[in-house]
Amino acid sequence: MSAIVEFREAGYSVARDQGSSEILRELTFTVEAGETLVLLGRSGSGKTTALKMINRLLSPTSGEVLVEGKPTAAWDPIRLRRRIGYVIQETGLFPHFTVAENVGLVPRLEGWSPERIHVRVNELLEQMGLPSREFSARYPRELSGGQRQRVGVARALAADPPVLLFDEPFGALDPVTRLDLQKQFLALRNALNKTAIFVTHDVREAMMLGTRVGLMRNGRLELLSPPGEFLQAENDEARAFLAGLDWKTEGNGPSQ
Amino acid sequence: MDLRSELASLTVEHLELVLVAVLIAAAISIPTGILLTRRTGMRRWVLGIANVLQTIPSLALFGFLIPVPLIGGIGKRTAIVALVLYALLPMMRNTLTGILGVDPAVRESAVAMGMTGRQVLWQVELPLAMRTILAGVRVATVTTIGTATIAAAIGGGGLGVFIFRGISTVDTTQILAGAIPAAVIALLADESLGWLERKLSPV
Repeated sequence: MSAIVEFREAGYSVARDQGSSEILRELTFTVEAGETLVLLGRSGSGKTTALKMINRLLSPTSGEVLVEGKPTAAWDPIRLRRRIGYVIQETGLFPHFTVAENVGLVPRLEGWSPERIHVRVNELLEQMGLPSREFSARYPRELSGGQRQRVGVARALAADPPVLLFDEPFGALDPVTRLDLQKQFLALRNALNKTAIFVTHDVREAMMLGTRVGLMRNGRLELLSPPGEFLQAENDEARAFLAGLDWKTEGNGPSQ
Repeated sequence: MDLRSELASLTVEHLELVLVAVLIAAAISIPTGILLTRRTGMRRWVLGIANVLQTIPSLALFGFLIPVPLIGGIGKRTAIVALVLYALLPMMRNTLTGILGVDPAVRESAVAMGMTGRQVLWQVELPLAMRTILAGVRVATVTTIGTATIAAAIGGGGLGVFIFRGISTVDTTQILAGAIPAAVIALLADESLGWLERKLSPV
């Protein structure tokens, strides 16, 4: 395995009225090809900021972030972003595009032929459990939250990018739909062998989806380990998250 | 010339004034509105100037322009300049509001998909702001139809010719011959641009 994304003492701070405030401090870790790294943390822990530095929606104010061995600052941002799928909560779909147009967006930007886009879109929709005959011509407002999210995942996968970023994609869904999508995520990951970086504040989701879990607090990475080790961690923030897990699953453990 | 044929020619003249003024104003204010979404620093100044222009009483604005070289003087050109100045604000403001009103999550995902700035503008921001921008065009058009009646005061022609003649000769028929067609044109423009707005709005 080789590092596909690498953070090297990456920091991010924003100017405030008095001095500046640090959102991320000297973040250093690597993401190996094919793994799913989950960044877990409370609101404001810096996990989304870290994610956005990978596709250069934000640039580190100190240190650097490398994608495929090249600092993001050295990439053409447009090329970089088209190699990285991005899924956010359901609001990210274009309301004025049909499902097919949303999914076919990046292939169209990349100049694929209409026939090739059509075939690819249908293939992805079927794969996501959205029969294209029924869904292609619909608009996002005509879909349920779970269906919108599937379209969002299909859109991110469309041009077959090697890396996928997920920013709390299932956060707004009801628990049953969320579980459906989490299972589908696992199935897709096993089928497609993509690298994914997944941000969540749901420890259960982190345990279920991550091949490694990174725990973030106050802009630092406190812990980075496989879920099994994470469960045994002594770190108090990790314990705080895991306490929620024990209570929620009533001792059934996370391995479902 | 009888009233009927004069009415026809003045109506055509009125429509010309409005059409030319609104088109010029749109060509200035919509791109400016787009620019202002990118330049927060300029926003306050430009909107402030457009706002001040809007507060000058229309008759006074026509008067102020008469002595101005190149754009001033007596006649249509001056009238059109004044009408353009009036029509700027609603379209500029609505362009700005419409684009700023696009869901930040939609804009962010457009950028994250690897769209260039121009693609984000043409394929995402403008289509989603279209309804608000057209509402601005509608407001500007309807007010311009009314304000254009004052153009007659500086020799700009249009339906205002009837109104000013009616006032000076105390002839109510003449006043109504100018006022009623102007009102009817305004209502028709309002309706048809409203229809276009609904038709073209993407969501």
